[in-house]
Amino acid sequence: MTNLQMPKVEKSIISNKDKIVSDICKIVKEENILSHNDEIKPYETDALAAYKQTPLVVVLPETIEEVSAVLKYCNENKIKVVPRGAGTGLSGGSLPLADCVLLAMGKFNKILELDYKNRCVVAQPCVTNLAITNAVQDKGFYYAPDPSSQIACSIGGNVAENSGGVHSLKYGTTTNNLLGIQVVLMDGTVVRFGGKAMDSEGYDFLGLMTGSEGLLGVITEVTVKILKSSEVVKAALVGFPTIEDAGNCVAQIIAQGCIPAGMEIMDKALTKATNDYSKAGYPTDAEAMMIIEFDGTEHEVESYIDKAKIIAEKNNSSSLKISKTKEERLKFWAGRKAAFPACGVLAPDYMCMDGSIPRGKLAEVLKEITRLSKKYDLPVANAFHAGDGNLHPLIMFDANNEESLRKTEEFGAEILKYCVKVGGALTGEHGVGIEKRELMCEAFNNTDIQQQLTIKVALDPNSLLNPGKVYPILRKCAEEGRVHVHGGKTKFPDIPRF
Amino acid sequence: MFMEEKQNFQTFQDFSKTTLKPVSLADISSIVIECYKKNIPLEICGLKSKKNIGRNFQAEKTLDLSNYSGIIEYKPEELYIKVKAGTPLKEIKLELDKYNQQLAFEPTDFGPLFSGKSNEGTIGGVIACNFAGPRRFKVGSARDHVLGFQGVNGKGEIIKSGGTVVKNVTGYDLSKILSGSFGTLAVLTEISIKVLPKSPSNKTLVIENPHLIKAMDYLGLALSSSSDPSGGVFYPEYFRKYFTFNDLTTDGAITAIRIEGPSDSIDHRINKLCKELQIQNNEIAVLEPEQSNIFWEKTKSLQVFSELKNNLLRIVNPPSETFEVISKLKIFKIKYFVDWGGGLIWVQLDNISLQALKEIKKVIDNASGYITVIKIEENLKASIDVFTTDPIKYKITEKIKKSFDPKRILNPGKMYSGI
Repeated sequence: MTNLQMPKVEKSIISNKDKIVSDICKIVKEENILSHNDEIKPYETDALAAYKQTPLVVVLPETIEEVSAVLKYCNENKIKVVPRGAGTGLSGGSLPLADCVLLAMGKFNKILELDYKNRCVVAQPCVTNLAITNAVQDKGFYYAPDPSSQIACSIGGNVAENSGGVHSLKYGTTTNNLLGIQVVLMDGTVVRFGGKAMDSEGYDFLGLMTGSEGLLGVITEVTVKILKSSEVVKAALVGFPTIEDAGNCVAQIIAQGCIPAGMEIMDKALTKATNDYSKAGYPTDAEAMMIIEFDGTEHEVESYIDKAKIIAEKNNSSSLKISKTKEERLKFWAGRKAAFPACGVLAPDYMCMDGSIPRGKLAEVLKEITRLSKKYDLPVANAFHAGDGNLHPLIMFDANNEESLRKTEEFGAEILKYCVKVGGALTGEHGVGIEKRELMCEAFNNTDIQQQLTIKVALDPNSLLNPGKVYPILRKCAEEGRVHVHGGKTKFPDIPRF
Repeated sequence: MFMEEKQNFQTFQDFSKTTLKPVSLADISSIVIECYKKNIPLEICGLKSKKNIGRNFQAEKTLDLSNYSGIIEYKPEELYIKVKAGTPLKEIKLELDKYNQQLAFEPTDFGPLFSGKSNEGTIGGVIACNFAGPRRFKVGSARDHVLGFQGVNGKGEIIKSGGTVVKNVTGYDLSKILSGSFGTLAVLTEISIKVLPKSPSNKTLVIENPHLIKAMDYLGLALSSSSDPSGGVFYPEYFRKYFTFNDLTTDGAITAIRIEGPSDSIDHRINKLCKELQIQNNEIAVLEPEQSNIFWEKTKSLQVFSELKNNLLRIVNPPSETFEVISKLKIFKIKYFVDWGGGLIWVQLDNISLQALKEIKKVIDNASGYITVIKIEENLKASIDVFTTDPIKYKITEKIKKSFDPKRILNPGKMYSGI
């Protein structure tokens, strides 16, 4: 997997490093430029730690004017730029290139305005996702998208990746909760898309930029919607004798007109691992374990829980527990969030996939994963954001065994291809980055990809901004695509994920 | 980077006509290819419900998609429907009704305004124009409900983006840039849209006779409340004649707030909301589901403008600016109503001049909002900006237009001169 082709390294840029550093010194403070090997080493990777590359130089701008001037300088001198937020991305979106300026936005870390009248927060891009909720929760508000890494991931990175979370079915992903951004384009142009109004004029550049993985512009300011917290939130923990029963239950809950705030399914392998690891108290006899969360007013939540209960029983639920207190509800979730570290105990390594599928295809896809697990002779555990169709299979293997790693890569690619085949997507929330780049041809034909590349070229004619990401360099589609965790040692092991 | 894919459909036989009515994707593609080769500008239309919105422009041919119609796939349990772009909204709604589902963004019905009777148009037009109704502040706009699309760009190439699943971050989100592009980037051919269950019930809290400033307070508080409203409007006194309901006792201005959900939770939420709003000097009434539905249907279809002869502006600004904006616009003798809980102002002007429009635009610019001219006297249309933008965004708009439609043959000039 590490043999992925990256854009050609410009030797002239490398040999010109001293001049480039001294030129950038005229734009940003000297202490905000890191060029010594020891200084740039921490920036060699993001959370897709299997890929490493130190950049030519790391620049930490403090103002929008500096961002603009650095980009303008790099554009004029044909120097590649890779933007970076908190570095928690799982698809290698901010992997540096040997001849790039890594534009690390870490100093843009302030919340600029809490505007309750317009129900929004204006923040700099490196404010963490959770910090936004923390800033407004005393007034009973919160920011809806909640990727599991929310304590560390940056809001600018969320915009770049269009991050989701467990509540996406009801509350949408970043793109549905964003009101405005300020962006600097590769030529240094500073522009605002959207603002505090609910819609913005002309083409929806805000929508285009969201999820563009740092290829179209560098985000320097973000305005997000905040919502009033629900009166009541309750969760149910339900066990099912088969995955099909759990899948049918999900479909019928939705068909009844209930939109839960979140629905999570774990298979038996993962439930067992979690129980062993964190004493989560999940039903161990069940083939599938589901958490359903409802929010709203007391009456509303009670009425939905009653409906869900009847539907679960109709679908042969073997156990059902409803949270009585906030603590109990959080305990249901805590077990789920510990599920992945729990897998680290079962095998030396695991690879986490991120496919999106139609909810109704869950049983079919899990059956296929079980078949592939036998074919490759590698154990697998499955977590599924059932509400929004986002599947996270974890393939367990031993990276010290080359054959095991190769098989895992093939296995992972086959899963993602199957997700596309049943009408899903290659990536639900981790982004394409470099990780799934070569699989893009599974989802799109050449015309589709060319249209997207034409947009890239329109805004960045020399393809200098985050090149080598998202779109395949070669026509050939290789077998790539996963997150690799070795010995439980991921880049930020303490951050909850997925 | 890639080998050029050849898409050589030569299936459309009747290119000589001025209005071309394709029935297949291959037809649409071959028409655009032909126009691309010969530099023929095309006007794209469906049921023409929004034909009058936008700048006037010259097109040699009309690409009428009304025959490219039909539901391709509807999966109620997966919460999506995939349709051909020319499918009438009416047909989609009838199908969704069978499963008690809906397009939650409540597309605006411009029929009463332009033709005196309902005409919701086609789904392609709804998405291409991206106008959402009262529920917008809660569920998003049309663009938030597009999961994926297939379309034909200005070179006649068939392109797609997105899919049918809610979570999908594979490549640029082109569904967004096409939504609200008024057919200037590509001809939409197929659209997958997120559908949602209809609420079991709804009621509307009506506060009678509030002053505008108080009304804006009520709406702001309601939208910031956990009672979770799904509609919030203010109608001044002169529009009251459109809302004669048994339960309303006065003739004055009204603020209306819609609450949706299971019926037993609605009363609880309305009571809670009344306490939060601390309504003291105003009468209140509650519209029961049937009347409530009529009320919002009228709002969504701009009934109060059904007799409007001349000019209508649509102003979107941060809700906190709405009172100030309306106060400043009063010198232009406007009639207006406020939707989206304060985020949208519909402004009727019986008389308008270029100078007045310029001054209005300045007020809106200062309020960080924008104007779309929905209807205007024909003699003024050529001289005004229907859609506004700034020079930097115009430059980017030009580049994006070129990347989809390099020869400017799709609805050229519909949004901006030169686009």
